[in-house]
Amino acid sequence: MIPILQREVSEKRKWMKDEEMLDILAISESTPGPIAVNTATYVGYEVAGFWGSFFATLGLVLPSFIIIYIISFFYKDFMTWKIVQAAFKGLRIGVIILLIKAVLKLKKAVKFSLLSWIIFAIVFIGLFLTTFFNVNIKIGSFSLSISLLFILFGIIVGIVSTAVSKKEDKE
Amino acid sequence: MIFFELFYIFFYIGLFTFGGGYAMISLIQEEVIKHSWLSEEALLDFIAISESTPGPFAINIATFVGSQVGGILGAVCATLGVVLPSFIIILLVAMIMKKALKNRFVQGGLNGVRPVVISLILSTAIFFFIKMAFTSGKAFNINTSEFSFDRTGIAIFLILGFFILLHKKKKKKSLSPITILAISALMGILVYFVFNLH
Repeated sequence: MIPILQREVSEKRKWMKDEEMLDILAISESTPGPIAVNTATYVGYEVAGFWGSFFATLGLVLPSFIIIYIISFFYKDFMTWKIVQAAFKGLRIGVIILLIKAVLKLKKAVKFSLLSWIIFAIVFIGLFLTTFFNVNIKIGSFSLSISLLFILFGIIVGIVSTAVSKKEDKE
Repeated sequence: MIFFELFYIFFYIGLFTFGGGYAMISLIQEEVIKHSWLSEEALLDFIAISESTPGPFAINIATFVGSQVGGILGAVCATLGVVLPSFIIILLVAMIMKKALKNRFVQGGLNGVRPVVISLILSTAIFFFIKMAFTSGKAFNINTSEFSFDRTGIAIFLILGFFILLHKKKKKKSLSPITILAISALMGILVYFVFNLH
């Protein structure tokens, strides 16, 4: 998506400079949510304010939405064919391999400190245990997502460690 | 109500997805199974379809899950849910706090969440693998006994993995996701349909 975006936005239409595009990509990667949506919203806002971001995001979402919605119509009938079932049996294995590839790629892109490794291990073991023992964490009738708890845990540990290291710098 | 539920679950998934589409898979997996919306097998199918169709993965998977659970309105609710947090946060950042992202505490939080995301994706991959390899799909809504990996599946996994590693060593470039999916679909057809091995 990024090469197309760069060509359309900065080369053809001159809405933005290349450096600005780079800033936007960096921001899109470090804010929550799908990177494509973040980028579209940001570019739209910079070019034409609120309505710019609104229509840029709508424009990004609509093709996906329409294509997938059409596919979802045929999916169930399609899955009754033996040859399609066989293909999907293979595809599921392909998806697991893609997930493992994504892990390796992300691991390469992120500098792992000792603390990162500790967080990584805690989450991995924690998820294994909660899945294995089928743990449900509930507040009243509302059942909390375990993945979400680990994400919050990571954010908090990151912030606390920043605060602690700042104190050490002063001393 | 199913539509409200789809909206708020995909809203929080969008809100807590850091670092690209795959980061949301463990959240989606947990919620979808918890609500008995889909089985692991169906979710894997959706991931394969979302990855091999044009458009952002996150939008594709939200639309797909939404439409299977609640028709067109379900698709709208799930997609709106996954887009809205990004939209709001980016607008806020662009309008008033461009500098906030350079703040050391924000960076610290991001540094803390990255290993979590990597760990979550790895655990999900292992979870899917174990589920496929050792149990038959119980919750699948189409045809239960047909959908398990068994030994043939593990063999395919190993052969495919070996092939990808070999390719990377030889060509110094990894295969694109779409190529990997195409090869795995082809292997599936060959093994399970043409030769009918199970």
